[in-house]
Amino acid sequence: MSAPRALLNDFIPFSNVDGPGNRFVLFLQGCNFDCTFCHNPYTISTCIDCEICIEPCPEDALSLDTDGSVTVDWGRCTRCDICVDVCPYDSTPLARQVTVDEIFSEIRAAAPFLSGITVSGGEATLQPGFVAALFAEIKTHPDTRHLTTFVDSNGSCSPETWDVLLPVMDGAMIDIKAFDDAIHVALTGVGNGRVLDSIRYLARRNRLHEVRLPLISGVNDADDLLTRTARWIASIDPALRVKVIGFRKHGVRAEYQDLAEPTADQMEHYEQVLSAAGVSEIVRV
Amino acid sequence: MQMEEFRTRARDIVNDPNLTYHQRRHYLAGLAEEALEPPALGADAREALNKRIICDLYEGNAPYRARYILPDYAKALAQGSAFLELDPPTSLDEALNFLLILYTQVPSITSYPVYLGDIDKLLEPYTDGISDEDLYDKLRLFWRALDRMFPDAFTHVDLGPDDSRVGRTIFRIERDLEQVVPNITFKVDPERTPDDFVRDGVLTVFKVAKPHFVNHPLMVRDLGEDYASVSCYNSLPIGGGSHTLVRLNLKEVARRHNGTPEAFLTTTLPHYVALTAEIIESRIRYLVEEARFFEHDFLAKEGLIDLSKFSAMFGVFGLAECVEALGAGTYGTDEAANELSYRIVDAIAAQVAATPMPHCEGNGGVCFLHSQSGIDSDVGVTAGTRVAIGAEPGLYEHIRAVAPHHDKFSAGVSDVFQVEDTVVNNPDAMVDVIRGAFHEGMRDFTFNVGCNDFIRITGYLVRKSDLAEFAASGARHNSTAFGYGAEANTHITTRNVKRVLVHERTPRPPE
Repeated sequence: MSAPRALLNDFIPFSNVDGPGNRFVLFLQGCNFDCTFCHNPYTISTCIDCEICIEPCPEDALSLDTDGSVTVDWGRCTRCDICVDVCPYDSTPLARQVTVDEIFSEIRAAAPFLSGITVSGGEATLQPGFVAALFAEIKTHPDTRHLTTFVDSNGSCSPETWDVLLPVMDGAMIDIKAFDDAIHVALTGVGNGRVLDSIRYLARRNRLHEVRLPLISGVNDADDLLTRTARWIASIDPALRVKVIGFRKHGVRAEYQDLAEPTADQMEHYEQVLSAAGVSEIVRV
Repeated sequence: MQMEEFRTRARDIVNDPNLTYHQRRHYLAGLAEEALEPPALGADAREALNKRIICDLYEGNAPYRARYILPDYAKALAQGSAFLELDPPTSLDEALNFLLILYTQVPSITSYPVYLGDIDKLLEPYTDGISDEDLYDKLRLFWRALDRMFPDAFTHVDLGPDDSRVGRTIFRIERDLEQVVPNITFKVDPERTPDDFVRDGVLTVFKVAKPHFVNHPLMVRDLGEDYASVSCYNSLPIGGGSHTLVRLNLKEVARRHNGTPEAFLTTTLPHYVALTAEIIESRIRYLVEEARFFEHDFLAKEGLIDLSKFSAMFGVFGLAECVEALGAGTYGTDEAANELSYRIVDAIAAQVAATPMPHCEGNGGVCFLHSQSGIDSDVGVTAGTRVAIGAEPGLYEHIRAVAPHHDKFSAGVSDVFQVEDTVVNNPDAMVDVIRGAFHEGMRDFTFNVGCNDFIRITGYLVRKSDLAEFAASGARHNSTAFGYGAEANTHITTRNVKRVLVHERTPRPPE
């Protein structure tokens, strides 16, 4: 069971914003999108051992290993995140390889407090073997069997990858960063075809917990775009839960700080537009 | 106290524009009691009291009423009251009227009752045939009367663990009225209390920062079925209560220790535990044997309280600073510090359990152990067995660090957890945390959510808006004045969404 490993950025034992109830959340390292509005851009790339972060570390916790890789002395590291700040490659030297066993023991300890576990990122589906093995263990063990297993994904993976997860995954949360393909490319660097396919694929199999619409004022929030988005969602399932997430600048890279946060009035307007176009269950955050 | 000082202080109280008539009268009574000789003590105990190593919470020099009194209201409703010339009620209106009258006659340290009953169980028998709307209207008026007649947030009701129409209606009224009074404890039994009812409690917390949640099975294990949580985090037998609450400042004890943590556990700590017990005993003896409270009060005469159900509370606070002073690191985050903290509390618990105490049959002839949640004059010392403000780890680690203490404090332990505002979109996450915390052995706790108008000072609540206005115009609620002192000493409201220092009594009227 210990075979599959993952490159993990970090985990938090409690989260109330990553699915229903209180959830244990894993943030895997590495993403195949490069969203301008990403709140944790240091999870996008894997470390290339460039050594740039070693000298700025105030605790001397980083060093070059004999094999040429940057390693962390966890006894010294205070998680001040200066290494993350100085990384020019949207990465971190603090991501680490973990086994299913290691992570499962953490989840098991927290299990009495949880409704479930969510694997996020980065992009969770880029390491499907680990995710499937972890979920399978959770579903097997008596201490964790009651937990629901969720994936928070950009929706870019193939049906074959979903098929790996589906036997042990209770639900997925998928973003539509933009229903318009050109805007999607501008925002993420790639088209949205696979994302929309994933939504259809998961909805048909009853494993789509919610569709999320991260909205940036003046970028992907035009009325007609929202109307088209909502009509498309309603055509799949009008009762699909849609979460409207107002863009926040927190954590966003300096070069994208001029993106505008929607006002409370705008958020209310989005909900009205989506509702008028046939989506019945809307949550605003 | 010299006559001249007495006169000056009395004059200051009488002329204080920020005090209501009732508050002036209450403080004048306190001043008169302070003019009497305190109960006799040995020199060491007197010195420890004077140096604030041990604190009697300014209960007064001549205790003439027990500190916490939990009348058996169910018995009162069943038998009526000869003293109050009241027959047993036969309708909901009569029951509410009966209780309001009885509440005004319950003595306490604050002059307001600290316990108003397990209100759902008391009222449910009178609700047959009453529509939901009528029940809401009647209880709403009753609830409003409680807040206006007993303006003190130590006034407390209990609810649960079983689901009930009265319990649900009270949560609804709480969310609608947003009153400071009464404070509420919600008894939760994972086997008996439905998730849906717990969620109702959580939604109420989001609005008014109450109820507290208590682990009903753990309470029943320690206190029996007939217990209640009163004032703030003080769990005691119904029909009984606590004669007094004296607390030991563990920070100050550690400061007076030279040597290893081992030596602390076997020499310095037991010395001060013994002195605290001496002070408790002298106060109990005065109350019971000199003031003879239980021989004349009508609650005792009518069997609504019974001396055999009383004990006294041995309180501790400043554990976080104590552990740090002993060189074990930071309590809450360092494993070695947590381990030492458990050993310290175990040592205190063992000594208290082995110290016979007169008139404490309510707890088998010894004191109840209590993790005391602070008063407004506490500066630089952490309440009870809480983690120091600013040193709290994440919620999960925090619960796991403090939970082992909860087993020991049968008379209550107060942990307050600050949660992010985002949780209001996901109340089920709170239900999960509550269930997990009980599973972990937590006895009682509350949550603060930053987005409502209430702030929890100890177990009691103050409106942030009231706090802002107090300095200028005074406040209707006595506890708001205490909260003002705590804010001035600790800046609780400006702290970066963190839990707060707490306190129960103010040493003297606001200057």
